[in-house]
Amino acid sequence: MDTHNLILIEKLCSHYEIELSFFDELETMGLIEIKTIKKVQFIHQDSISDLEKMIRLHHELAINAEGIDVVFNLLKKVDKLEEELNSVRNRLQLFENDY
Amino acid sequence: MEFIDYYKVLGVDKKASAKEIKKAYRKLARKYHPDLNANDKEAEKKFKRINEANEVLSHAENRKKYDQYGKDWKHAETFEKAQRQQQQQRQQHDFSSSGHSESDFSDFFESMFGGARSSSRQSGQTGFRGQDFNAELHLDLKDVYQKQQQILTVNHKKIRLTIPAGIENGQVIRIANKGGKGVNGGANGDLYLKFFIKNHSQFKREKSNLYATIDLDLYTAILGGELTIDTFNGKVKLKIKPETQNNSKVKLKGKGFPVYKKENQYGDLIITYNLKIPTKLTEEEKKIFKELQKLR
Repeated sequence: MDTHNLILIEKLCSHYEIELSFFDELETMGLIEIKTIKKVQFIHQDSISDLEKMIRLHHELAINAEGIDVVFNLLKKVDKLEEELNSVRNRLQLFENDY
Repeated sequence: MEFIDYYKVLGVDKKASAKEIKKAYRKLARKYHPDLNANDKEAEKKFKRINEANEVLSHAENRKKYDQYGKDWKHAETFEKAQRQQQQQRQQHDFSSSGHSESDFSDFFESMFGGARSSSRQSGQTGFRGQDFNAELHLDLKDVYQKQQQILTVNHKKIRLTIPAGIENGQVIRIANKGGKGVNGGANGDLYLKFFIKNHSQFKREKSNLYATIDLDLYTAILGGELTIDTFNGKVKLKIKPETQNNSKVKLKGKGFPVYKKENQYGDLIITYNLKIPTKLTEEEKKIFKELQKLR
């Protein structure tokens, strides 16, 4: 199988100084997807941005995998609400300055 | 350069223990962390200041020096010069994953401690991906009616950008890899571009639908006729039905704004007729209206 765009988890562990078990926990929470090819574990490079955010939350704020799951869910909600707020603001302009 | 009371920043007493300082730092960091406060510049500023305070107060040596020189930090300059030079050489290899880099520290901090230090795993300066950048782009509504190419300069770098037609006011798009440069072969950060769309046209916009109010004279409203209106896509001829009522609406299908990222799909143009009753009637006109009134 093609490993193009996949990053070795082992490499990530040593780079970020993270235990392999942390990746397992994130996967259990459904926060990342680990691909196993010939018994070697990889993560897709598109997930790196989110993964780094999770590592920062873990390192800098001492948040565990469960907490990260909650934070990510809430951030998604915030994003959705912000989008909605923007749409409502734009809609409001329809009724402004009419008279 | 302003003296910064790091104890005040963390909200702790000057006699606070290392444990109390850590606790206060963690609490504030959780509140103002940039990952939890996207696009909030005030929070970002506070987070940097909190980090700076933690850099000083959580290291016994730094704290001692800060306590010793305090407001007279300038006198510490010569005394610590040699030490600082050593530190600066070390720092050239340090980088930060959450964007609080060396330059993010205050002048006060840098003059006293010589810039940001790597504060060990504890504060998590581990990343190699570049910093994400945020930028704003101000455009006019007519500019975003069609797909267009723009060349932006972000941090002295030119970025060629294709803006899809129909982008919304306040919409943010992510341009991968156009943020800060990655370190040690790491990926670049992303550029987040927020659009501010000014509308100087006669139309109001809601997503891909456009709304306009058109004045209609009494006679055309009663007898019907034709009107020509300007749209973003040229002139459009409108057939006015006889006996058109005030505030009635017509929908011109597909004459609205492009649907974002859906080529050749357009919203509708909704027109509201605003009936204009003639004023300053002549005696003859009044007479004819009276005759009309009698007929009703």
